[in-house]
Amino acid sequence: MSVGLTEYLIVSAILFSLGIFGIITRKNAIMVLMGLELVLNAANINFVAFAKYGGMNIDGQVAALFVIILAAAEAAVALAIVLNIYQNFKHINVDEIVKMKD
Amino acid sequence: MEDLLFYLFAFVVIGSASVVVLSKNIMYSAFSLLFTFFGVAGLYVLLFADFVALTQIMVYIGGILVLIIFGVLLTTKITGVDIKSGTTGKVQLITASVVVVIIAISLILLFTNVEWVNQEFVQPNTTIDSIGFAFMTKYLLPFEIAAVLLLIALVGATLIARRK
Repeated sequence: MSVGLTEYLIVSAILFSLGIFGIITRKNAIMVLMGLELVLNAANINFVAFAKYGGMNIDGQVAALFVIILAAAEAAVALAIVLNIYQNFKHINVDEIVKMKD
Repeated sequence: MEDLLFYLFAFVVIGSASVVVLSKNIMYSAFSLLFTFFGVAGLYVLLFADFVALTQIMVYIGGILVLIIFGVLLTTKITGVDIKSGTTGKVQLITASVVVVIIAISLILLFTNVEWVNQEFVQPNTTIDSIGFAFMTKYLLPFEIAAVLLLIALVGATLIARRK
């Protein structure tokens, strides 16, 4: 069986599900962020795969690049917030953080 | 040969992503995220997206992964034993697994049952030319907005993370 569009989509579906699993089962805020990165990567695989199998359309790759840009901005801001939470609460357990500040 | 490489990269991606999600030690998760990102970059190369693959390696591995490892090291107590990532209870774990397996199966069924239109594939020499033209013509406004967004995010991140 030659590798086509469907195989890439299946890989990205599994990666997406693993990312969702990480987001909803972990308490550590940084683990939640890692799950989020997996989900974004899965979406990116879809964009690039559709770009190739849609007749080498460049728009899909441009969309993937924009996703990478947003992921970089999101990771920087999210980690800054996590560091702030750690300074205030001395832990980063997302189940227990219910107040904006002490 | 190309098929073999695809299965190798797919195995690397899914195997290391499972380690990321299932590992008890958050440092192991952070380091196996490295292999996931490299595997995804390999998939991009197989899909003729050379520039996206390079950007993936530079931004994800050189930027985001380093940030995440810094975050892990700054928020766990090295002297204590508090480096565990802490999973939730059994009931939530089982429910989450069922939900995620349902999502995965329905997505895979959807992807395999749709008749995708496969257009004629023209092998490009390099995609960098056309990406550059697209960014400077069709996507000029989103490109500029992304630049401003990155600047705002950088300033905001330093402002938030600053010690008071």
